[in-house]
Amino acid sequence: MRSLGIDIGSRAIKLVLCDGDRVVHRAVQDTGSDPLAVCRRLLDGLAYDAITATGYGRHLFREHWPEAGVITEIRAVAAGATALIPDCRTIVDIGGQDSKAIALDAAGKVQKFVMNDRCAAGTGQFLEMMATALAYTREEFVAAAGRAPRAQKLSSMCSVFAQSEVVSLIARGASKEEMALGVHQSIASRTAALLGGVPVVPVVAFTGGCAQNPCLQSLISEAVRHPVRVPDWPQFAAALGSALQGASDGRQ
Amino acid sequence: MSTDYRPMWKELGLDLEAHDALLGVLGPLYEQTFTKQHNRPAGMQYFDFVMSEVHGLRIKELLDAKKAGRKVVGAFCTFVPEEIVLALDGILVGLCAGAEFATAEAEKLLPRNTCALIKGAFGFALARVCPYLSASDVIVGENTCDGKKKGYEIFKDLVPRLYVMDIPQMKGPEGRALLRAEFKKFGAYLEKLTGKELTAAALKKGIAAVNAKRAAMHRLSKLRAADPAPISGLDGLLMNQVYFYDDPARFTASVNKICDELEQRIERREGVAPKGTPRILVSGCPMAVPNWKLPAIIEKAGAVIVGEESCVGERGTQALTTDSGRTEDELLDAIVDRYLKIDCAIFTPNDSRLEHILSMARALGAQGVIHYGLLFCSPYQIEAGTVERRLEKEGLPTLRIDTDYGQEDVGQIQTRVEAFVERLRG
Repeated sequence: MRSLGIDIGSRAIKLVLCDGDRVVHRAVQDTGSDPLAVCRRLLDGLAYDAITATGYGRHLFREHWPEAGVITEIRAVAAGATALIPDCRTIVDIGGQDSKAIALDAAGKVQKFVMNDRCAAGTGQFLEMMATALAYTREEFVAAAGRAPRAQKLSSMCSVFAQSEVVSLIARGASKEEMALGVHQSIASRTAALLGGVPVVPVVAFTGGCAQNPCLQSLISEAVRHPVRVPDWPQFAAALGSALQGASDGRQ
Repeated sequence: MSTDYRPMWKELGLDLEAHDALLGVLGPLYEQTFTKQHNRPAGMQYFDFVMSEVHGLRIKELLDAKKAGRKVVGAFCTFVPEEIVLALDGILVGLCAGAEFATAEAEKLLPRNTCALIKGAFGFALARVCPYLSASDVIVGENTCDGKKKGYEIFKDLVPRLYVMDIPQMKGPEGRALLRAEFKKFGAYLEKLTGKELTAAALKKGIAAVNAKRAAMHRLSKLRAADPAPISGLDGLLMNQVYFYDDPARFTASVNKICDELEQRIERREGVAPKGTPRILVSGCPMAVPNWKLPAIIEKAGAVIVGEESCVGERGTQALTTDSGRTEDELLDAIVDRYLKIDCAIFTPNDSRLEHILSMARALGAQGVIHYGLLFCSPYQIEAGTVERRLEKEGLPTLRIDTDYGQEDVGQIQTRVEAFVERLRG
């Protein structure tokens, strides 16, 4: 059975096609302002028996692909992460606009989850805004944080306030690298606080687009006092989970 | 609305243009939220009618009653003792505060980080769109949370007459004495306003009317324990909301009529959702009309709400007032005792609320609790953590949603609620 999972996120749309348990195709594109057009492009030419949507745009997707199943990001990430890291009991997922902490029971079922507040503090968007404020590209930003000998602490968690804080720190001659590290650290401590809302049992998996960021990987490991495990292709965890969930729902 | 109420609204001093705008939003919102629900009980037609006439016929009734010499008392809180108002032949009405209206105007008087309920009350008053405010002879404020307490200091200049009642924060003998003194004073105030005397017989009459209304709601609550659920949570909430507006006797009869219908449904094992649909108890801040955002999301996510642990819900309607007292003083004692049972988060400690949520969840067969906190409502938002920890410890999955009347977070709430329903399904 060929089962397709599509994760319509706020910043990127991810697609995974599975044949049984094997991933046969994966693709990603920026969401942009016309997510349906991106979905159409990603789906072009693909054959599948089941399709399951997740992410921010899952309901919109189903309006146009009525045959699609719909599951939340929570369930999708849980299914994807457990497939990639079978012994994980806690998941941290940081995407473009959402961050979530999920506790799983021994059978891999969602036991408890918490998500960030309605604003984008502590998410990928916060990182992007701060990179822009410091005039870095995404890659430069991560590299700069990695080089910093110490962090310039940022007191504000709000993207808008933090931006003004960065501007005033620049005016005072603070080091850009140290600020880059400070921004990463603020996300890590925010994530640790989010994890306070669920029981944290190792192994802790780290998924979502932000899990590709090596600086965040090590800072979050420190902040939650457990080494986080990042699967290959962490950005595709939810899309993979949707595909697998769709396949198992189809079998029932 | 067939009758032209515009002259009446104009006479009440409403801003007709703004009021039209409000009704223009309310009507379609109601249609979309309520009338398309699956397999609604036929008796809900009465509540549809009440809602369609909420600014029309009901206001006309109030004005007619005023012409006949009765007084209208407006209130924002379940702590205002309806027994005393009815004993003096007055009419108690709940005031509009469940929607964002004229927020920018309200924020000229209030800090932005004030809860939506208080801002809503100010917005309705400032924009002159609430006929209940205009029809009220007196508006009763109550010192519950700090936001309301300080808000009333400013609100008093926006309305013709505001009476402020103090409310204790602890339930010991001193707190009880305070509430008793305040109820006594309120009774004396209303005696002066109405020109009527507060006698034991009058109090008994008031207690009987309010108890009948509460008993009907208790009956409804028991029926909502059935699986499949015989009535939706949205309709259950709506009845709890109309509780504050309608004529008590007519309301009681209408609720009982629905209960008759629900009993037949239960016998036929018929419901608004299939048996086994995840059942949720909503707990937390009050949801005043037209605040239907969260319940609509929950039921759209495939769950059914079986109860409301809320001021607009069982916190407001729980416990009857003992009517065995013979003297005015004994009856007043009974009223005070009844109101002290309200486990509002302004009280400390407030352990009885935790027990109440648990017992409601068990009695109603709820598999999970969604705690609704209004942003900037410190008492409930702070208590939410305690509630969540206790319920999870008891094996009752709990989700905390903190929000306001805005629509910008609907997508995010939907994700959380759907994931919670997935968790309940296992």
